[in-house]
Order: sequence, then structure tokens, then C-alpha cells
Amino acid sequence: MSPTPNELRDIAKIIRRDVLTMILESGSGHVGGSLSAADILTALYWGGMRVNPEMPQWEDRDRFVLSKAHASPALYAALARRGYFDVKELMTFRKHKSMLQGFPDMQRTPGIDASVGSPGQGLSITNGIAMAAKRDEKTFRVYCLMGDGEAHEGQVWEAAMTAAHHGLDNVCAIMDRNMMMGDGSTEDIVALSPLVDKWRTFNWHVIEVDGHNIDQILAACSEAGTVKGRPTLVHARTVKGKGVPFMENKPEWHDRKVTEELYEEAMKALS
Amino acid sequence: MAEMGLVDINHSVVETEATNRGYERGLIELAERGVDIIVMDADLAGSSGTGEFRKCFPDRFLDIGLCEQDMMGTAAGLALSGKCIFITTHGMLAAGKAWDIIRSTICYGSLNVNICGADAGLSSGAAGGSRQSLEDVAVMRTLPGMTVIVPVDAVEAKKATMAAARIPGPVYVRFAAARVPIVTTDLTPFTVGQAAVYRQGDDATILACGVMVYEALKAARQLEDEGLGVRVVNCHTIKPLDHAIVNRAAVETGALVTAEEGSTIGGLGGAVAEALAQTVRPTPIRIVGIEDRFGESGKHEQLLQYFGLTARDIASAVREVMARKRGRQSETGSMARG
Repeated sequence: MSPTPNELRDIAKIIRRDVLTMILESGSGHVGGSLSAADILTALYWGGMRVNPEMPQWEDRDRFVLSKAHASPALYAALARRGYFDVKELMTFRKHKSMLQGFPDMQRTPGIDASVGSPGQGLSITNGIAMAAKRDEKTFRVYCLMGDGEAHEGQVWEAAMTAAHHGLDNVCAIMDRNMMMGDGSTEDIVALSPLVDKWRTFNWHVIEVDGHNIDQILAACSEAGTVKGRPTLVHARTVKGKGVPFMENKPEWHDRKVTEELYEEAMKALS
Repeated sequence: MAEMGLVDINHSVVETEATNRGYERGLIELAERGVDIIVMDADLAGSSGTGEFRKCFPDRFLDIGLCEQDMMGTAAGLALSGKCIFITTHGMLAAGKAWDIIRSTICYGSLNVNICGADAGLSSGAAGGSRQSLEDVAVMRTLPGMTVIVPVDAVEAKKATMAAARIPGPVYVRFAAARVPIVTTDLTPFTVGQAAVYRQGDDATILACGVMVYEALKAARQLEDEGLGVRVVNCHTIKPLDHAIVNRAAVETGALVTAEEGSTIGGLGGAVAEALAQTVRPTPIRIVGIEDRFGESGKHEQLLQYFGLTARDIASAVREVMARKRGRQSETGSMARG
């Protein structure tokens, strides 16, 4: 039975709380971009994607590539809460011998479909998986969550051309458009706007959503599944640090240690 | 060394062929045998050796355009779904431009992607320094899990291609665009990771790869006339290096020359020096290669001469290490007497 909208909102909140606890415990990690992606990951793992946590290697599962690999805490929390591994593992994040490396490692963590780390590389991997699916006449879909900052990387646009040229309609990329990167606003550093137009010009089907509205994200995933001959980009407008007022839209919370005091304050906001 | 099935380079006319061609024959044979390979190219099928494959197996061929970085990432995705991938591009584009993607997606995920650096070394000749890859072996060798092979000729290039398909992790194979002498035959044994002794000798050893094996054999022949017995080893696999053969050469002959068509920093010479410095007693070594500089335009043979990569250069290097070996022996001798 699929979760109700209220249940989905609660799950996203639990993921946000996990993210903060993991980063407090590890002493490092990327808070802002994890919080902006929490609702998107909730939508994908609790409805958008066809997956089975009991069979992480199930051949016909939908695939997921976290191109914005620094949001690993949010992905790990989603996987744990979805049942891929014990929630207790989250407390080992970024520690020596942990199955939860700083950036996703498919050889250590159940549920990770591709190892990623270097920015701007996920969409190419996504395309390769999608091409193989078409060759093998498989019907699974391939999802890729990208950050807007990494859209500065040239490889993203190489991959954008490849997906469109090969008509990879089994690709659904989601752009977590929080407008911020480590050093400040994407528009101040090197402007990405008009980003939606860029994807359209690259021959992608583009759907614009509120990236914190789980219903809209789910609807976009469904729509993407009906598009033929073109890949889909879901342009998800988000807020970096979403859910914790003092972190929202603050680039300094891209990658910053959380103190006990601020942790308590953040958890209150997410209670 | 009849059992090695080598071409007798002293008594017959030596044929030449670009090793790129052997690569192509290997790909065609793999596809004919029904191996589920996909060959990817970045707009170089015409020159790099996959043009004929494209004609024979269009469904198994994917030209990604001039997007070497995207090509490596796409290959990773295909490999994640169980495909055996062969990527072709110029050595310097593969090892240079796309190195991060090879590292962070292909090697970090231990994926079955075979990267074929075509037109490598000085073999693109006229193209000059910016397009000649002299560093590819060194930078690929540093990647965990990466196998690095430099075939001696077109015959071995085909065998290396076939062997790479059976290695589950990433492989880098280096090919030449220029015609290089054919010194092996279908009968010559080839096993990845096992160097092959092509000529016996106890006075010194030349460890060579690629076209330099031919030059090494000629050098050994010249030195034989001076009364020296020089061992010649084809070190086609730079990684994993055949430590047993290298150690034995050090212990039994006590003087080593390495020869490669690439930088003297971090390639075959570097690998041998690293191995010996940590495993057996220090051994005089001379690394023959291109010394910390870029290439330049010219004919391949001309460039080999210009950069000191001929049999004559190797022979001088052998005399030099042998002099150092004798110096060391007399030192040890006088210490023992003292």
C-alpha cells in the first residue's frame, strides 16, 4: 500500500533528522544539499521508483544514480529507512570501516547502483545503464539526481546531448535547483540561468516542479514515463538547507560541522 | 628460443603493421565468437582501428562524438549492466582528458571497461607533441585495479585485445598507429601478467615493451658480436608487473636496461625500479625512454632515432650498466679482501 501524503511528509522529516544526526556524529558532511534533496529522495524511494529493498540486485529494478554525490547522507538515510540496511549503520557514516563512505560506493553499500564522487559524472553513467536496458529490452527506468552546481561541469552537457541523441526516454534526471553552491549563489559565481531553457534546447522534455512538494515530484515521474523518444528533466526548485530555518539559503551550510547546540536547535525545527 | 615461435629478425625480412590493426582483428574475432562486446569510439573510428569493426558489427558499435569524458561515463553505465566495453580513443585523450572519469567511475567501481589508447607513444608522428601520449602508461598505472598492457606488435595486439575481454576489471591497452616490426607469431605464448624471455643471456637484461622489444633484440644481437650474452624480456604487461622474471633477471644478470616508447618517469622503467628497490639487492638500472619532455612532429622512425630509442641507444645503455655492475663487483671484492 502506498504511503499517504502525510506519511510521505513524515518520512522526509525523518530523513532530514537522520541527516543532521549523521553529520553531528561524523563531524563532517554536506548538510545543505542533503536537506534540499530529502523530499525528492522520499518521492523516488516511496513511490516513484520500482525497487525491492529485500533484493537490492533485482534485475528489473529501477536504477538510481546520485550524481550530486555529496548528498550521500540523505540517500543513506532514505535507503536505511526503506529497509536496505539497519538504521544503526547511519551512525557509522564517514567513519573508518563503515559501509557508508563519504560518497556512495556500490561495492560497500546495498542499494547503491553506481559509485559516484567526482562532480558532473552521474548523467553519463545513467545514460550507459539506460542504453544497456534498451539493448536488453528491459523496461526498468533510470533516475539521476543532479545538483545545479555540478551543471557547471562540461561533462553534464556532453551527457545531455548523448541522452537526447539516442532518444533515451527511459532516463529521468532530476535537477535539485537550490540556486546555491559551496562558494555562494550559482548565479553570482557563473550564472546557470536560464537553466530550463538550456535543457529544452538540448531536446529534453522538461517538467518544472516544486522540489519540496512530493505529489508534484511523483506526478512528474509518472509523466516522464509516458514520454517517448526523449529523456526527461525534472527541474525541481528547492531551498538549500530546507527545513532548518537558520540553514536555509545559506551557502556556508553547504559543508559545515554541526555543533551540539545548533543540532538541538535544528532538531527542534524538525520536530 | 624456438619454443617462443618468434620471427627470426636476423635472417628474414621483417614485416611491419600498425598495432591498431591487431586490435581491430581482435575485436572482430570477439564479436564473431559471440562475446557481448560494445565498441565505443569518439570520432576516431577512421584512424584508430575500429572502422572495419563498425562496418561488420554496426549494432555493437557506438560513436559517442568528441565527448571522451561522457564516453567513459557511459561505458561505466553499460558495464554496470554486464556489457564488456572496448573504448577507443587516442592515448592522450583517454589517459589525459578522461583520466578522472576512468578513475572515479570505472576503476572505483572495478568495472569491466577496456580502454584502448590508439596512436600512442610517438606513433602519431607528424601530429607532434600535443597529440603524442608519452605519459599514458605512467598515469594509468597509478590507478588501483587497472591492468596496463603495451603489446609488442600487431599479432600480440590481437591477443591482448582478446585477453582483455576476459579480465573482469578495467584494462588499458596501448596501441600504435605507425607500422612497427612484427616479431611474434600466432604460436608465441602470451599471458597477461607474465613477461616472456625472448633471448637468453647472463651478462645483462633488457626489459622492453612495445616496439622497443624489436630494438632490444637487435641490440642484443649487436652486443653478442662483442662477446656479451644479453637477455631480452618482453614486458608487455606493465601492471601487474611480472616480479618473478624481473627479480630473476636482477639476480642472475645483475645489470638491467628498461626500454619503452614513453616517458622515463613512471612507466615500465619506473615500475621495474620500484619493484627492485624493495625486493632484491640494489641493481644497476638504466631507463631508456623519453626524458621528461614532449614529443614533436616527424616520421615515427625519425623520432625514435631523435629521442634515442634505437638498438644502438639500448646497446650503449647495456654497456653503461655493465660498467656499473663491474664497478660494484670490484668494490665488493676489495671490501671482502680488506
